[in-house]
Amino acid sequence: MSFDSEGLLMDEPKIQIQNLNVWYGSHHALKDVTTDIYSRGITVIIGPSGCGKSTLLKSLNRLLEETERVRITGRVTLDGCDIYDQAVDVTEVRTRIGLLAPKPFPLPMSIFDNVAYGPRIHRHIHRHTIDGVVERYLHEAGLWDEVRDRIRSPASRLSTGQQQRLCLARALAAEPEIHLCDEPTSALDPISAQRIEQQLTHLKRRMTVVIVTHMLRQARRLADYVLFLWMGELVESGPAAQIFKEPRDERTKAYLAGDIG
Amino acid sequence: MAQEEFIPQLLNRNKKRNHPFGLTRRVKDVLAGRVMGVLSLFAALLVPLIAVILFTRARPIFSAKPLTELLFSRTWHPISGAFGFYPFIQGTLWVTSISMILAIPPSLLTAIYLSEYATPKVRAYIKPLIDLLAGVPSVVYGVWGMLTVVPFVGKFIAPLLTKTLGFIPLFQTDNPTGFSLLAGGLVLGVMVSPIIIAMSTEVFTAVPQGLREASLALGATRWHTVKHVVARRALPGIIAAVVLGFSRAFGETMAVLMVVGNVPQVPSSIFDPGYPLTALIANNYGEMMSIPMYDSALLCAAFILLMVVLVFNLISRLVLLRLTRSI
Repeated sequence: MSFDSEGLLMDEPKIQIQNLNVWYGSHHALKDVTTDIYSRGITVIIGPSGCGKSTLLKSLNRLLEETERVRITGRVTLDGCDIYDQAVDVTEVRTRIGLLAPKPFPLPMSIFDNVAYGPRIHRHIHRHTIDGVVERYLHEAGLWDEVRDRIRSPASRLSTGQQQRLCLARALAAEPEIHLCDEPTSALDPISAQRIEQQLTHLKRRMTVVIVTHMLRQARRLADYVLFLWMGELVESGPAAQIFKEPRDERTKAYLAGDIG
Repeated sequence: MAQEEFIPQLLNRNKKRNHPFGLTRRVKDVLAGRVMGVLSLFAALLVPLIAVILFTRARPIFSAKPLTELLFSRTWHPISGAFGFYPFIQGTLWVTSISMILAIPPSLLTAIYLSEYATPKVRAYIKPLIDLLAGVPSVVYGVWGMLTVVPFVGKFIAPLLTKTLGFIPLFQTDNPTGFSLLAGGLVLGVMVSPIIIAMSTEVFTAVPQGLREASLALGATRWHTVKHVVARRALPGIIAAVVLGFSRAFGETMAVLMVVGNVPQVPSSIFDPGYPLTALIANNYGEMMSIPMYDSALLCAAFILLMVVLVFNLISRLVLLRLTRSI
């Protein structure tokens, strides 16, 4: 049994990835990745750009299929159920696994409707309760106080930092069990980035969080568990303390020292 | 390159610029700019120029008849000096409306299929075929309309609709020929579709992939994403596509006059023959010009056509402006 620094129990696999291979055309982007992602805490995927971090992340909620000329083999199970099974409803998978993209994409509607988008699709919410739901998740993303007066105005008018927090609120409002973040702060200023990081550390107490980042400092701050990818290969994985203090593989050592990547 | 090497090179380049040969290059540059500017200005001035010429030539009739009579009188009898454009305006409006009603929904659905659902391979085969449709000369459409659409309307659609929906005046008929507003609308609809499809496919494809993924990642189905996100984002472009199609349909002459029957009457059913403004001008200009004011009347018709298209364009610009601001 292993525990992270805050004593969270880590060895309850939420997602199991088995022999995952991904090709873009003839480019072999992920090579035989096999690993577990644990149900609480933050798993951080690190590695140089182009190593397959985002590919791995997007394969977890099947958003990868939206890319043209992509081929995926292997198994990804969520609570033991293969999400790539023919019988599985892909919208169900994506409802249970939320994603925060690197760049904010506010939907072309009001701030309110952005947050209500997920709940309106999946739950039959009464018109009176939706107000409360939207407010709650805007609070949770730390945006409520800034937008309470203009909640019906177009979301595109927010600043980039606010838009990204809106996207976080929107993702959370769909009430996923797992929250994926693809370089969630890469387009943001330091202060907005810090606020997003704070929200993510709060979230890990009640859901599985997986973050892709190319910023080692961010990884050190947030990670309970680390996956290190190198040229499409999963080189090393383990608790953050172990990976950062005593990496086993030479490539991990070199990457953490800043020699490669 | 080290900095010390770089600076002398930069200086050298500056020296070269001041070389006498540099002068011709600069003259060429300025000249090219001027020439292109004049050409663009000329292109921009063409429409006002045409409008002015049409207006001056149409002026005799404007001063002889009140505008209300020209626009709303039902009698067209040039020899006795009656120039009522109402039947022709009605003909144009009917044919254009029918064509737009028939063309817009399938064209948009096709565009959505091509940009959102089709695999790259399917798209690569279908798209050029549709684009080909836009290049078919309008006379060919006219001939095709006479050979196929007119009999189809006369022998099949007219009896069918009269039997089933005949209680609505819009679908009643005593004209069994098939040369009708509906035939004109059908032919026009087919002509206009490739334009709307091509442009709206572009518009849909230009919607950022990240926006689609944002919606899909929230568990939305593809159709939900198209309806609530892609279409909404694309709306200004879709309107532009529809306006372009409308302008084309409104001004189309050849194919329409070959199938629409050309009877100057105010239609009451889609199976009635009609006589659009464009057909009026094309059929009669150059003939019977000895009749007083006939020439002026036809140019007045052309002027009305031009004005409607201009006003429509203007309105759509305003709508677009408001839409792009509110999204």
